Formats: sequence, C-alpha cells, structure tokens
Amino acid sequence: METIKRRYVIPGDVITTGSCRPEQNVYQDGDRIISTSVGISEIYDNAVRVIPLSGMYMPKNNDLVIGKVIGHSSLSWEFDINSCFVGFLPAQDVFGRDYSPTKDELKARLDKGDLVVVRIANFDRSRDPLLTIQDRDLGKIESGELIKIAPSKVPRLIGKRGSMIQTIEMATKAMITIGQNGWIVVSCEDPVGLLKAIEAVKMVDAQAHTPNLTERVKSMLGVELGENNDTINE
Amino acid sequence: MTQLMNENGIRCDGRKIDQLRSVSLKVGVLKNADGSAYIEFGKNKILAGVFGPRDVHPKHMADQDTGILRCRYHMSPFSVTERKSPAPSRREIEISKVIKEALQPAVILKDFPRTVTDVFIEVLQADGGSRCAALDAASVALADAGIPMRDLVAACAAGKVANQIVLDVNDEEDKEGQADMPVAYMPNLSKITLMQLDGILTPTEYKTCLETAIGGCKQVYEIQKKALMEKYFENGGQQ
Repeated sequence: METIKRRYVIPGDVITTGSCRPEQNVYQDGDRIISTSVGISEIYDNAVRVIPLSGMYMPKNNDLVIGKVIGHSSLSWEFDINSCFVGFLPAQDVFGRDYSPTKDELKARLDKGDLVVVRIANFDRSRDPLLTIQDRDLGKIESGELIKIAPSKVPRLIGKRGSMIQTIEMATKAMITIGQNGWIVVSCEDPVGLLKAIEAVKMVDAQAHTPNLTERVKSMLGVELGENNDTINE
Repeated sequence: MTQLMNENGIRCDGRKIDQLRSVSLKVGVLKNADGSAYIEFGKNKILAGVFGPRDVHPKHMADQDTGILRCRYHMSPFSVTERKSPAPSRREIEISKVIKEALQPAVILKDFPRTVTDVFIEVLQADGGSRCAALDAASVALADAGIPMRDLVAACAAGKVANQIVLDVNDEEDKEGQADMPVAYMPNLSKITLMQLDGILTPTEYKTCLETAIGGCKQVYEIQKKALMEKYFENGGQQ
C-alpha cells in the first residue's frame, strides 16, 4: 500500500507539482496543486487534498447535525446549524401531513433555543438546507452539555471505526451525541464523568492534528494503554 | 523641514533604504470573530476581524451565484494626534474599497452563494502605510476564518525619499517625500492585487520602486506564514 504523505500547509502553499488529482480544499494552477486552507495536506493514490483546521460547516445530504432553533414562521422552524446557511425544518415533518397552521402551535413542540438532533434531508447550492427529524435517534435534546468544536475535527473525535468516541464513552459512562457540524452534546449522570468527557472532547479539538492522540486521551482518562477495557480510574 | 536621509543613506527613523520597519503579527486574537489578526507594523497598530460566510443583510445585496466580500476600514478617534471624527471619511471609504478589491482576487467564495464575508479593520494607532498593514492583517484573518483563498495577500509600500527609492515609507517620509507606492501581492502566484502611486517617478524609478515593494511584500509574507503556523501548529510547522 502506498504511504500517505502529510504536511502542514497554509493558503497558497504549493503541495505538489505534476499530474495529480485535486480533491478537497486545493486547486490546480498549471501543473501546481495549491492549498486553499490552513490544514494538513495529504497525497495518496495520486490524489491531493487538504484537511482544514478552520472554517465553517458545509452541509451535506444525510449528515446528522445538532441544530438550535432560532425562530419559526407559520410553516417551518429555522435552525442555526453552525453553517453559513440557515436550516429549515417544515412543520409537516413534526406534526404529520394533516398539519394546519390554524390548529397546531409550533411553539408547543419546539421553541427558540431548543437543541435538536436533525438530519439534512436535502441541500444544494440553490436553496437552504432542508432538515428532518423523521428517523431513529433524531429529535429534541432534553438534557446535556453543549460543546462546540471545529467541524473539520469531528472525524478525529469519532476516530477509526469509532475508537476514540468509544474510549471516551466507556471511560466516563457518558452519552455523547456528535453532530457533523461540530456541535457535541455530552450527558452523564455522574458529574465527575461529565467533566472528564468534556475535557476529553476539548483535548481532541485542541490536539486533533497531532499523532498518537488516542493514547494521550486514554492516559488522561486513566484508561490503561493498549487495552480496550471499560474500567474507570476513580 | 526635517532631514529625511543623512549622507550615509540612513533614514529619519534610523533604517537603511531597503529595510522594513519591525513587524509583529498575531492570529486569533478576538474570541467572537470567526477569524482575526492583530498587526504592529512599525508604530501602526491594527486589528482585523472577519465574520462569515453568513446571511446577507440587506437581502438585496445577496448574489445567487456566489458569496460577496465586504470590507470596512476605520480609524479610531485616538489613532492620530488630533482627534479624528469616528464617522467614515472620504479617505476611509476609499481605503475600504481598495482593500476589498485587493482581497477579492485571493478569496474563493463561489461555494458560498447568498452569503457575505465581512472584514472589519480598526486602526488603533496610525503611522504611514496603514492600508498595507491593514491588508496584511485582513488577509491572515481571512485565512484564520477558514475562507478558501488562492494565496495570502502580502502588502508593503515603497517610495521616493530624498531622490532615493526606499522600502516601506513611514508617516514622515510619506508626508515630506516625493512619492509613495503601496503594493499588495500574492507571492505564490506572483500577482499584484493592489498598486497605487502618489507622486512622480521616472520609468526607471517606477520599475525599481515596484521591485522594491514586491521584495518588501515577500518579507511580510514570511511573517504572515510564521504567524499562521504558530497559531495552528504549536511547533511552528515542524512535523
């Protein structure tokens, strides 16, 4: 297998020259491939991309995100989804097809400031993202602590096959809901576990670009290294 | 009138003709902005904050095909020796426009239709060449906000003082000197995004002046690069 070449880059840095396929956050200028963001460049299988370390969330169809209600009209709610676009959740999605603006009160279900786990049902550049809560595990969040991290660091928080998030959840007995938009809700009955889980999430956010992060998170949480266990170090 | 240059070619502030003022740049200084930077360029002290991409208000300004860029350059009432009215002056409106036009070729906003990216620049202390220093800070703040950019924009002025082409004119040289030429440049693409000239130069002097300014831009670029690397990669980019 070909090794992946990684490098820290800023906008304008030439990552490579020659025939390579430009992917995310890069552009081609003649035979040069140039970064457009601050981040880590990767060259693999003749393709070049940059994993950004800053920037907003760009909605994608089927992404699970956490949104905050910022208002409503008579037909839909508006959500802040940590993006440059406002998300729309149609009232019919919540009340069903027989929704009537005269009969049903939107405020009764979701009010300003509520946090909701939603899925992006449809998004393209011509209209604002359409949201849905018609699925398992979607809907209003009743309790928990909201943490905001950079959206580009969400894959690092999840880890390979969910290894990082499993480690944190097992060690702290916390329930962590991750939105692809970088909003995370942590809930835990034990306040000590809650604080530890929050600290771990913030640690991943701050050190996402460094190697061996899972090991460091494990040692911070007091989990024995190289062992996938569920014991807690009190 | 003060002497702008002595017989040894040393300028009024003790610099050589091809020497930049001391520059320090810090990225991510404002918590509430999406991206920010603070620059000290000689005695200039300038803060830049970037918001967006975000919803456009007023709505009629929105472009369905691409995002738009807005820029506001403002001098604080205490930035100059005599109180300046905080209302935008003719000069500030002009500088806001040229800074916007200098940043426009660098940013890629086609992925953010119907949005705006706002750049706010506040001059806390002014000392000649503030538009260049403001551009340097704004460009780094845009990168900090994660706005896709073709290249960073580095800016620096050159001018003619005591019949010599000098790099980075200060306030005194700007007022008393013969010419002042601010230049903004994208170093990796070798493209100029801003060039103004106040004064009279011969064609040869013009060429030398432009080359001197571009040389200054390249020096500033290294400082911008270092500042960004320091913020995002603690070890300064060494992997």
